[in-house]
Amino acid sequence: MTTFLDNFFFSYQTLIFALGINGLLALSMYTVLAVGQLSLGQAAFMGIGAYVSALLTLHLDWPFAAVLLAAMIVPALFALLIGGPTLKLTGVYLALATIALGEIIRIFCNTSDLTGGALGLSGIPNKTTFTLIFGLLALALVNFVLIARSRVGRAMEAMREDEVAAGVMGINLPAMKLGALVVSAMLAGLAGALNAHANSFIGPNDYGFDQAVTILSFALLGGIGSPFGPVLGAVILTLLPELLTALHDFKLVVNGFIIVVAVLYMPRGLLSWRIGRVG
Amino acid sequence: MTSMSNNLLKIEDLTVRFHGLVAVDHVSFQVEPGTVHGLIGPNGAGKTTCFNLISGLIPPTSGRAILAGAPLVGPSWKRTRAGLSRTFQNIRMFQEMTVRENVMTGMQARLHASVPEILSRLGRFRKEETAAKVRADELLEFVGLAASADRRAGDLSYGDQRRLEIARAVASGPKLLMLDEPAAGMNPTETRELVELLLRLKQDGLTLLLVEHDMHFVMSLCDRITVLNFGRKIAEGTPREVRENPDVIEAYLGAKVAERLKGGTA
Ligand SMILES: Nc1ncnc2c1ncn2[C@@H]1O[C@H](COP(=O)(O)OP(=O)(O)O)[C@@H](O)[C@H]1O
Ligand SMILES: [Mg+2]
Repeated sequence: MTTFLDNFFFSYQTLIFALGINGLLALSMYTVLAVGQLSLGQAAFMGIGAYVSALLTLHLDWPFAAVLLAAMIVPALFALLIGGPTLKLTGVYLALATIALGEIIRIFCNTSDLTGGALGLSGIPNKTTFTLIFGLLALALVNFVLIARSRVGRAMEAMREDEVAAGVMGINLPAMKLGALVVSAMLAGLAGALNAHANSFIGPNDYGFDQAVTILSFALLGGIGSPFGPVLGAVILTLLPELLTALHDFKLVVNGFIIVVAVLYMPRGLLSWRIGRVG
Repeated sequence: MTSMSNNLLKIEDLTVRFHGLVAVDHVSFQVEPGTVHGLIGPNGAGKTTCFNLISGLIPPTSGRAILAGAPLVGPSWKRTRAGLSRTFQNIRMFQEMTVRENVMTGMQARLHASVPEILSRLGRFRKEETAAKVRADELLEFVGLAASADRRAGDLSYGDQRRLEIARAVASGPKLLMLDEPAAGMNPTETRELVELLLRLKQDGLTLLLVEHDMHFVMSLCDRITVLNFGRKIAEGTPREVRENPDVIEAYLGAKVAERLKGGTA
């Protein structure tokens, strides 16, 4: 009987943690979409954060706060590396470059001894707590609202609506795009680190293209009129497979279907409410 | 042509080639400060392309534009920060934003609160944001849209969107405002109000470069006019000089006849 309860709480806790971590990933996706760009590198940034944090904990025994910081900085450096050249070009180049990054990371993690190859890394201590995940998610949301209601939020929405007109408004387009990609990489890296220290195991196939698509579907389902939309999308798409266990095996199909439906029939997503832009 | 120094905008030998077509062909002219300068010509003459070259949306094949002594270089956002502002022939509103937010977006180049200041709501943020809001409401009052400040911009009528686009362009505090067919699609009453609005902007010391199709509109507003045809400058002068210029008459008549022939009504 106690094992049953233990198991129950264990899976319950996993689900609750997943809600918060996926919420952070959804915000990471939102940051890029909100300036009118498409990145498919969220899973890769998450993976970088996960591996960097796990290695620092396992091998160097860094304090968790420093580990989380590093898990944000390293993906940010990757974002600078791929964003610098591709963001000067138009839309699709960033998407392509981030897909390539994802593949490179996956292949590297699959083959390198450092990352444990296909077996991944195990025995990562559980350091992530409920308070930490949801505290950070709340903090991120508050910051997003404060940013939205400012000159930066107006610039973001202007870029998303009409990049040519946004440029004519004097908005520093390259700086905004690069800034958004860097922040998005930091959030995904943070989520990756929290996830690694909640699950005790990470493997190279956790951060593939299907995970990138899943993260994209959070934002498209919830809508990007405000930062709350993507978080709502993440909550729904995290709970749905748990409620309808039959869906579990078709997660990727369901997510693909949601993207198609969202793009065709609900361009504003479920939460069409638009956040105000005056501080 | 002797006092070359008294110009706000100087266009030097501006040329752009699209594949085979020379859309703007070695065009040079100057805009004096405090004036309304017209850029006219039949459809397809290269007026909008000229605006796109000056504002940095497309790169020139050769030539350059100089604003207040400094060559305009780089992408559009840098040129806006150098004191250039424009509207579009096909209105480009931020439709989902409110009317006030649109005007405040026009102030990007003048707002400097840093991200830490924005997140903490400290430092420059509050003062700057409040001032921007007040200024936006003044501009909306000025163009007659004060009552619509909180409406979705995309819901405004066509004529109101044109005026909002002007308010948004003025919001950056430009040295030169370029307007691409601001009266297009307006009814006669709206057009008359627009003339008044533009004259008030001129009175406030703003320099205007104006592309317009409607000859009466141009003649009633402009101090000087440059005429383009097939990408080339064919005439320049006061409205009276331009109106009596045989090349101009021919260009416009030619275009009209061609249009009629195309429509089969000639
Ligand atoms: N980006 C472009 N590529 C190719 N041709 C263009 C482009 N922009 C404009 N043109 C052509 O250049 C000519 C001038 O166009 P435009 O400047 O829009 O004329 P208008 O004087 O009516 O504003 C037209 O023949 C147009 O088709
Ligand atoms: Mg035109």
